[in-house]
Amino acid sequence: MLPFLKTNAWAQSTGTVVVLIGNTINSLDIHRPGTNRPSYQVAVNVYDRLVTFGTKKLPDGSLSYDYDKVEPELAESWQLSSDRKAILFKIKANATFWDGTPVTAEDVKWSFDRALALGGFPKVQMGAGGFVDPSQFVVVDSKNFRIDLKQPSKLALPNLGVPVAVIINSKVAKANATEKDPWAAEYLHRTPAGSGAFKVERWDAGQQLVYVRNDKWVGGPLPAVQRVIIREVPATATRRAMVERGDAHLSFQIPNKDAQELAAAKKVKVTGSPIDNCLYVACLNYNFEPFKDQKVRQAVAYAIPYDQIFKQAAYGRGVPMWGGKSPKPATAAWPQKFPYDTDLKKAKALLAQTKYKDGFEVPLSYDLGEADWGEPAALLIQESLGKIGIKVKLDKVPGANWRTVALVDKKLPFLLENFGGWLNTADYYFYWAYIKGNLFNASNYDDPVVKKLVDETLHMDKSDKTYDAKIKQLIQKAFDDVPRIPLWQPTLESAMSPKLEGYEFWFHRQVDARSFKV
Amino acid sequence: MGQLAIIFARVLQAVPTLIGIIIVTFLLTRALPGDPAAYFAGAAATPESIAEIRANLGLDQPLPVQFLKYVQDLGTGNLGQSVSTGQPVATELLRRLPASLELTLTALLLSVAVAIPLGVLAAVRQDTWIDQLCRFVVTAGVSLPTFFTGLLLVYVFYFLLGVAPAPLGRLDLMHVTPPQVTGFLVFDSLIAREWSTAWSAAKQLLLPSITLALFTLAPIARMTRASMLQALSSEYLRTARAAGLARGRVLMVYAFRNALLPVVTTLGMVFSFTLGANVLVEKVFAWPGIGSFAIEALVVSDYAAVQGFVLSMAVLFVVLNLFIDTLYTLIDPRVQVDG
Repeated sequence: MLPFLKTNAWAQSTGTVVVLIGNTINSLDIHRPGTNRPSYQVAVNVYDRLVTFGTKKLPDGSLSYDYDKVEPELAESWQLSSDRKAILFKIKANATFWDGTPVTAEDVKWSFDRALALGGFPKVQMGAGGFVDPSQFVVVDSKNFRIDLKQPSKLALPNLGVPVAVIINSKVAKANATEKDPWAAEYLHRTPAGSGAFKVERWDAGQQLVYVRNDKWVGGPLPAVQRVIIREVPATATRRAMVERGDAHLSFQIPNKDAQELAAAKKVKVTGSPIDNCLYVACLNYNFEPFKDQKVRQAVAYAIPYDQIFKQAAYGRGVPMWGGKSPKPATAAWPQKFPYDTDLKKAKALLAQTKYKDGFEVPLSYDLGEADWGEPAALLIQESLGKIGIKVKLDKVPGANWRTVALVDKKLPFLLENFGGWLNTADYYFYWAYIKGNLFNASNYDDPVVKKLVDETLHMDKSDKTYDAKIKQLIQKAFDDVPRIPLWQPTLESAMSPKLEGYEFWFHRQVDARSFKV
Repeated sequence: MGQLAIIFARVLQAVPTLIGIIIVTFLLTRALPGDPAAYFAGAAATPESIAEIRANLGLDQPLPVQFLKYVQDLGTGNLGQSVSTGQPVATELLRRLPASLELTLTALLLSVAVAIPLGVLAAVRQDTWIDQLCRFVVTAGVSLPTFFTGLLLVYVFYFLLGVAPAPLGRLDLMHVTPPQVTGFLVFDSLIAREWSTAWSAAKQLLLPSITLALFTLAPIARMTRASMLQALSSEYLRTARAAGLARGRVLMVYAFRNALLPVVTTLGMVFSFTLGANVLVEKVFAWPGIGSFAIEALVVSDYAAVQGFVLSMAVLFVVLNLFIDTLYTLIDPRVQVDG
């Protein structure tokens, strides 16, 4: 016997939660250029925003954020002006940063200005809510802050609850700013200065991040756990072994295959939360001659082996998006099932009506970074399309190239894509994925009706009487033209110890440790 | 020539190599497909935000200007900032290189301790069961991929038996990293008199280094066996035997010492190879080493990180070769290291 002691004492102490993640956190500052997605969890746990979202229970009993319920975080209350073009926020009187200084409207303005000034993704995301110009952020007095909108928008308020819209302690930041670095990006990169539920106790870049509770937090109910250790473990097999042995409370974002097996074994809890406003799709590019023909696109949509893909690429974990009963959308719900199913006869018949009845050749591209689902899906599509005479060649694109060739140049004829929007409305999805020139419209789809409908609905309030009808029209266009063929709606899968309560799914797909209980 | 002069001459020799490496890595990283600015701008970026990032990274400048800036920075010891990990490349290397070295050296020590006696015995008792065992171990060692042995060891000793600690990198969650002196956690915690930390670090080290040792064992054992066989069949050994020297003396002094040269060469090769190539072991054991850092940097076209990695490895190889050459002169006085 080797002289080892079993060391899982940390998993037994009640105040600490151990979380395993697969990727690396590269910054503690979400505004900094180059900050990667896994680092967004720091913005969530360590900083506050003006508002947050409520919690709802999903049909399977798991918890999820509630897009339709915007709740106070640092703001105590807010008021929309009568013309809906300004929102006035009152900041909680007792809100303080970790250093004890009060949170003021100046801090809010400085933080929002910073998000715009540092550029990159934060600026784009702020723009989604209609915040494009620092002059829109107005300090009324120390506890009152106003946002002036260029036009009324239903996206403005929810966009203040996204990770990017954090409130930073501007006094601390300014004290550490330099002439070359006026927004203290170097300082905040390593040293957060916020008011959030957790402080960073230590950060060993590339290894672990340790949160410790801020007992004076006023942004929400005080977290039940004292300390959260986020460990970076790249190998999924290692993460799985640790959570199965009880040495970790949560393995965040696990492969669907592990989720399927662990759920069947019932030793640990597995939660698969459908990712709002996200679809795994096969895009047909209008630049590619045959795909200009609607009948060819529909033929492809009828030839996709949906069920097989769902079983072998998604391991049965996700929400099916095929086999809708009616060719017309019954509701304005999004995403919803498309009225296509695997029907090779119909596919052949459709293809026979076109000048491509003898078939054609097309490469199908997928991102190697998404190969876990992309590869099996692409292989199955290749096999099935072969049966209607379309010869598919597989084309694997390395992760660093993917964005440029697929989304920027938009030159791939046929590709697998996985866009999901943080803001959960159909018009937001259509804006990014069905409007010519916009990033995720890898199909180069261009339709004047869709463009008009998106323009009308993007900022329209959901309570508007015409809203639902217009969204149904949009979905109808997506059904008929199928520039994007949905395969399924993905889920975020996590495995956790039965002792861990309060795991909640968030649109940003990062760990929110504030609700954890052990 | 004195020893110091020899070393100096060797270092001088390395200069053109290093200059070549600096130029080639700079050009190669730029030739990589993929656009780091687009990558780091994030998924929802607009053309303007990509341009902003490009300017931030200094990638909007023409190549010669970028190169000049890079060389100037190198002159001041600044390897640049890794965009993917958000840390200065020098910091990253200083933290990760010792982790890799600690793992690789321990693994080599383990494999030498097993492979050399095994190889010698296999040669001395050719075609007996011990030779067969040596053959088996060698074949298994080369044919089993490291991630497989790693996962297997984790499965058996951690998952099933629960005797090994969780494969969580260099330290378990109960211990805090001691102040860095050597960068080797076991030594650093001994220096800081943190006995339980040292113990924990040693335990964490065991499974990954056994995994690597199983892999490195094969070439060393094979080489030992082969060169030992050659030495055993040589004429000077026959003479030594005929002169009636004691069997132990014949084996250890005349045969083994002469057989050692190729073994040391192999050791150097195995060492440098393992240092950069144990990415898979690093992944399985969440070891914060230099291999996974380099691979990830390469995947996202993180220029500064890739350049820093290649350069530091080049320097390391130069030092290593120098060390091995010096070792030769100790083993075999006839070998002259010329400048």
